[in-house]
Amino acid sequence: MKYHTPYSFEEAAKIAAQASGTTRFLAGGTDVLVQMRAGIVLPEELIDLKKIPGVFDMIRNEDGRWRIGAAVPGAKLGANDALVADWPGVVEGMELVGSTQVQGRATLTGNLCNGSPAADGVPALVAAGASVDITGPNGTRTIAVEDIPAGPGKTTLTKGEVISAINLPARGNNGGDAYLRFIPRTEMDIAVVGCAVNLTLDGDVIVAAKVALGAVAPTVIVADEAAKAILGTTLDDAALDKLAAAASAAANPISDKRGSREFRIEVAGVLARRAAKIAYARAKGE
Amino acid sequence: MAKDEYREFRLVGTRPDRPDGLDKVTGRARYGADMTAPGMLWGAVVRSPHAHARIVKIDATKALALDGVKSVVTRADFPEGLTGEDWNLQENTIAGERALYDGHAVAAVAATSRFLAEEAARLIEVEYEVLPHVIDVDEAMKPNAPVIREGVSDATVPEGMSPNVVRKIEFGNGDVDAAFAAADLVMEKSFKTEATHQGYIEPHACVGQMGADGKGEMWVCTQGQWYIRKMCSAVLGTEASQLRVTPSEIGGGFGGKTTIFMEPLALALSRKAGGKPVKIVMSRSEVLRATGPTASASMDVKLGMKKDGTLSGVKVEFRMQGGAFPGAPTEFALYCGLAPYTFGAVEAVGYDVIANRPRCAAYRAPGAPMGSFAVESLLDEMCIELGLDALDVRFKNAVVTGDRAAYGPKFGSIGFVETLEAVKNHPNLLAELGPNQGRGIAAGYWFNHNGETSVSMAISEDGTVQVSVGTPDIGGSRASIALMVAETLGIAYEDVRVNIAETGSLGVNEPTHGSRATFASGKAAVLATEAAIKEMCKRAANEWGIEPEAVEWKDGAARPAGPNAGQFPPMTIKEIGAAMGSTGGPISGHHESLPDGVGASFGAHVVDVEVDPETGRTTILRYLVVQDAGRAIHPSYVEGQYQGGAAQGIGWALNEEYVYDDKGRLQNSVFLDYRVPLASDLPMIDTVIVEVPNPGHPYGVRGVGETGITPPLPALANAVRAATGVRMTHLPMSPSKVLAALKAR
Repeated sequence: MKYHTPYSFEEAAKIAAQASGTTRFLAGGTDVLVQMRAGIVLPEELIDLKKIPGVFDMIRNEDGRWRIGAAVPGAKLGANDALVADWPGVVEGMELVGSTQVQGRATLTGNLCNGSPAADGVPALVAAGASVDITGPNGTRTIAVEDIPAGPGKTTLTKGEVISAINLPARGNNGGDAYLRFIPRTEMDIAVVGCAVNLTLDGDVIVAAKVALGAVAPTVIVADEAAKAILGTTLDDAALDKLAAAASAAANPISDKRGSREFRIEVAGVLARRAAKIAYARAKGE
Repeated sequence: MAKDEYREFRLVGTRPDRPDGLDKVTGRARYGADMTAPGMLWGAVVRSPHAHARIVKIDATKALALDGVKSVVTRADFPEGLTGEDWNLQENTIAGERALYDGHAVAAVAATSRFLAEEAARLIEVEYEVLPHVIDVDEAMKPNAPVIREGVSDATVPEGMSPNVVRKIEFGNGDVDAAFAAADLVMEKSFKTEATHQGYIEPHACVGQMGADGKGEMWVCTQGQWYIRKMCSAVLGTEASQLRVTPSEIGGGFGGKTTIFMEPLALALSRKAGGKPVKIVMSRSEVLRATGPTASASMDVKLGMKKDGTLSGVKVEFRMQGGAFPGAPTEFALYCGLAPYTFGAVEAVGYDVIANRPRCAAYRAPGAPMGSFAVESLLDEMCIELGLDALDVRFKNAVVTGDRAAYGPKFGSIGFVETLEAVKNHPNLLAELGPNQGRGIAAGYWFNHNGETSVSMAISEDGTVQVSVGTPDIGGSRASIALMVAETLGIAYEDVRVNIAETGSLGVNEPTHGSRATFASGKAAVLATEAAIKEMCKRAANEWGIEPEAVEWKDGAARPAGPNAGQFPPMTIKEIGAAMGSTGGPISGHHESLPDGVGASFGAHVVDVEVDPETGRTTILRYLVVQDAGRAIHPSYVEGQYQGGAAQGIGWALNEEYVYDDKGRLQNSVFLDYRVPLASDLPMIDTVIVEVPNPGHPYGVRGVGETGITPPLPALANAVRAATGVRMTHLPMSPSKVLAALKAR
């Protein structure tokens, strides 16, 4: 195995593009190192991104947009009051990843690139309308977060491409987001179902909404019908019922050791209802 | 200060610091994987990816070609001709003609580093012919089920049953049909429990060394060093006394470390590698796939009850699979499930069944939790049906000292009624319950065990005391034994050091199993101490020139037994120890026996739960364990055992299970998906120690380790029933299952 410490994303992309064997980028390492220890992935090229200037930066632009560097650990998100105020759902999603110790290393970008359908960091990013900056052999590009996952353990990133940062839009006024997951235990578990809701109000009426579901399909799902169900409403019981039904309808899970298909479909609706209530309360400033 | 009608105690019943505490919190304690030896090699094991397959060919050419690979062993390196249990142990250690379960060891390799050994293991090519498999116990009993192995069944199995049924257990008394006819209510239900693993945090680890002459050493994480010695010697065809086995500290065992798994492989690899020591440390996945979980069970229960709650008859049939070898604890499930009550008529049948799963090992009160789940669940349902209080009905039918157990023997001194009294008086029963909340009560039982025991103790030159026991300290036995020896001698707790001895320094000891260590090693240590006291009195008598019978031992010193014995100042243990080199040589005591006077332990648990009606998820609001300890030598450890048993039972009831795919491969061989309860899942578990002293032990000890895992399964099921109206008959009560049951309501 070769261990690389590039000083720019261009250099990192170049090393990856020229590699012939299994390649892994290393930021927090909470997935990569565990997989290596277990013998699941034995990379020939390990490219450590942490020497690249700016990877630990988390910046709020004057217009309210956020840029979160690829190596910013989860613990830094929850410790940033302004980020928690803007995007509490994004922060609570990331904070569900692993233990306190893991939070000191694990990154949002890594959670996304690991490609797990159950990634807790991802649905709230999708609901928030987040994008990622990608550096590759052919330059840079920016795409929506929901376009990265391609199935369990897979992403749409092509050979040599590496994510340098995650961008969150400006929160604006009267908005709120929330993420909930279902696990049988209270901690240290993998989502059986995850659901993020992001919405904006005009008075009491929802004027923008996005709903994302995790762990109910090979990739994170954007549940457009679920969002439509609450648009133009005050999140009354009828709207919540429609939301739950639409979220359940959007779910297309498998049955596995973590839960049955029927259970996941049912609980997708339950979580959508509960997450929407939290997001709504947050948008109201409650 | 604890006391009974005879005595007050100075130390017994107090809570001093644990003797191993500092070592454990500073990392100085040495566990299985901490051992290294000069020139040591690392071993890795090749395991079957199939549930059932014929082994066509094993080719280690590529592995052996790697620089640094020192030996490879297959079944061909082990002696032929073993029979009975020895053959079972050997076959489970390393597969012969067929791999019998996913994870079954097929070959092993030793190399100069762990990475190299693992790489070499990947290079060993095994050709398999996959065979039909069976996982579920009821499926395995069907006439057309794939046959694991012919000729395993003993004479108890009737003609015409599947060869996978290897043992039938039957007992009973009275006429159950007449009893049911006379009952006001007869109900029957079927129940299932899934296999669960002990879930000890420390994986199996050992360093084994053996020369061509068959002389060997082993350092190993185990509950029983003599079992390791006996079993490894049998599997390898060597002599037991030529293998010296030293136990490490142990990070949990719960019965799962009372047998062998990879230990003979380490010795065989060493023997083939010129006697270099070989270390093997299992991964978590290997632990879950290839060591012994408990059995899975399928159970039918039929009960008859009078309107006033009196039980009139019981009929049970339990079917349990314990993996690919005989040994499912079906009889213990029957005995313990029926132990708490007088039933009138009894008809009990059990089957021990083999299937393509890892060989089950003991797990904390083996079988008892399943039996209790079936019987206590149905009992609860009948109380609801007749509008009776669950606790009152248990009082009404509870066994008392002298009653004959459903399975035959008469109970000696027991404290079940006293346990139920303590439940009745506990404030948790007054806590108010809200919507979707419910309370469940259940009782449980474990026999407790004596077992082969050998202990020695010796007085040091400074008057302090060393005690050597053969039972590894899993649950506080060192502290408890030190307390009892210090109490007996009348010296300070800190002046007694209890060591866990290797096999070369004591007679044979059974493992720490059956909740026996504090009872059996403790009793033997007290008897050994009394022998040393006798010798110390003799030394004093010689010094004083009086008869030994005229000397008594009190408060750490020999004293004249009365005014007629003469006027001499007390001779302390320090003085006797300092002088012993010139008064007759070393002073020690020893005791070897199957200590008699085992005292059984009953317990009762009360749990309050809340079930989320939208997700089926169960939250534990409060949990109470009440159990008869006989006497709690070190109450903190007793409480720890109660809480630990409850925690494991809660896991079994709610989320733990072996999940197999349609090819018979284990799907959840990591702790992420094998869901043991976390600290954050549980409230502080309340405990009440009931003390009905066991007259068979010098300090009244019963043994407390196992009973505590028995009531949680039915207590949780009864609480979920109370919270939801739904009777869950198939464990675990995972959210998926509960939600499906709620929707079907």
